[in-house]
Amino acid sequence: MTEVTITVNGAPQTHDVEDRTLLVHFLRDHAGLTGTHVGCDTTQCGACTVHLDGRAVKSCTVLAVAADGGAVTTIEGLAEGDTLSDLQQAFKDNHGLQCGFCTPGMVMAGTDLIRRYGGALDEETVREQLEGNICRCTGYTNIVKAVLDAAGKYRAKQQA
Amino acid sequence: MYMYDFTYRRPKTLDEAAALWGEFDSPSFVSGGHTLIPTMKNRLAAPDVLIDLRAIPELKGIRREGDRLLIGAATTHYETSTSDLVKDAIPALAALAGSIADPQVRYVGTMGGSVANNDPSADYPAAVLSLGADVVTSQRTIPAEQFFDGLFGTVLEEGEIILHFSFPIPDSAGYAKLCSQASRYPVAGSFVSRTGDTVRVAVTGAGNDGVFRWSAAEDALAREFAASALDGLLPEADDMIADLNGSGAYRAHLVGVVTRYAVENPGTAIVR
Ligand code: FES
Ligand code: FES
Repeated sequence: MTEVTITVNGAPQTHDVEDRTLLVHFLRDHAGLTGTHVGCDTTQCGACTVHLDGRAVKSCTVLAVAADGGAVTTIEGLAEGDTLSDLQQAFKDNHGLQCGFCTPGMVMAGTDLIRRYGGALDEETVREQLEGNICRCTGYTNIVKAVLDAAGKYRAKQQA
Repeated sequence: MYMYDFTYRRPKTLDEAAALWGEFDSPSFVSGGHTLIPTMKNRLAAPDVLIDLRAIPELKGIRREGDRLLIGAATTHYETSTSDLVKDAIPALAALAGSIADPQVRYVGTMGGSVANNDPSADYPAAVLSLGADVVTSQRTIPAEQFFDGLFGTVLEEGEIILHFSFPIPDSAGYAKLCSQASRYPVAGSFVSRTGDTVRVAVTGAGNDGVFRWSAAEDALAREFAASALDGLLPEADDMIADLNGSGAYRAHLVGVVTRYAVENPGTAIVR
């Protein structure tokens, strides 16, 4: 067992974990944050995407011990109180989810994507850049719309 | 799927890493772990210790030294794909890095990890071999020509650590690949580089024995550097991988196609 401290959504979380514990299990089982999902467990579906030190990673393929001392943001950390983040709101407005299983990963990957491109995104780029996230329900159309919607808001805020 | 139990260590120096290697029975080095961790989940690997190399300074950073580009082994695909130094010196290498897997994987996976693993479908081995990079390790300098040794094989000795890659800067280079729709690994990928009169073509994803140089194409392109120079040329179908993605003959045909794309599109990576 190793004592691991990770700042999760702004608050330090310290837990004794086995070295083989995956970051996603640290978040779900030890920190009790079950918004982050495990879809494939094989680094393909992206349902487990969280931000580690500001970058979207697949938490099913990162060891908790390797993230010791780092900072993680999960889907639970995006809203401010009752106010959803722009991308969360855009998923709602554009009907970007059906069963919702892929959604936490889509939102975390999409948030990183919008930031990485400074909001300057077109449909083709969004589709290409969401390659690491799989959705079995929506056919992606409304997910892409949601990301473009939030990217527009991001640009507007940058200019303001 | 739970991996077998193991111990994790993150040494800060090469000496510490070497000492750890000696302390355990079946140690493994790891950097991004985006191949190793899935392999361990499938229980196809069961090291008793993972020695994480990412905190060792010798493995970090990208720099230009005269006519060579040096890339630390722990450099992520994201860093390589966005580095101005790489984009300026070998744009096709930056583009290749930006074409691996997906953005989340590119933030974590590293060049050293990919090359040390020598997966027959990995992208980097084609670039390292085509560009004729030197693989600089904790013990020696290994020319790319001698580094790869069959499927998942390299000449790295027990406990030997890749520190960085030293790439000569070509006059031009291009990469093209066709990916499996399911895995997004290349079914055939070709990296073509040209320096003076020398052309080197390295093919990944297709060869039975892993990455290989297609010398017939090199000779033809050295005579005339144009896609049409490859007309009528294909590698031996018997030397190609035959699997559910396609037969050896299909793969051989694809090698011709992606090599043509790579010749026609220098400075970039074409992904289909
Ligand atoms: S659960 Fe991590 S990528 Fe699918
Ligand atoms: S909404 Fe069901 S998997 Fe995406």
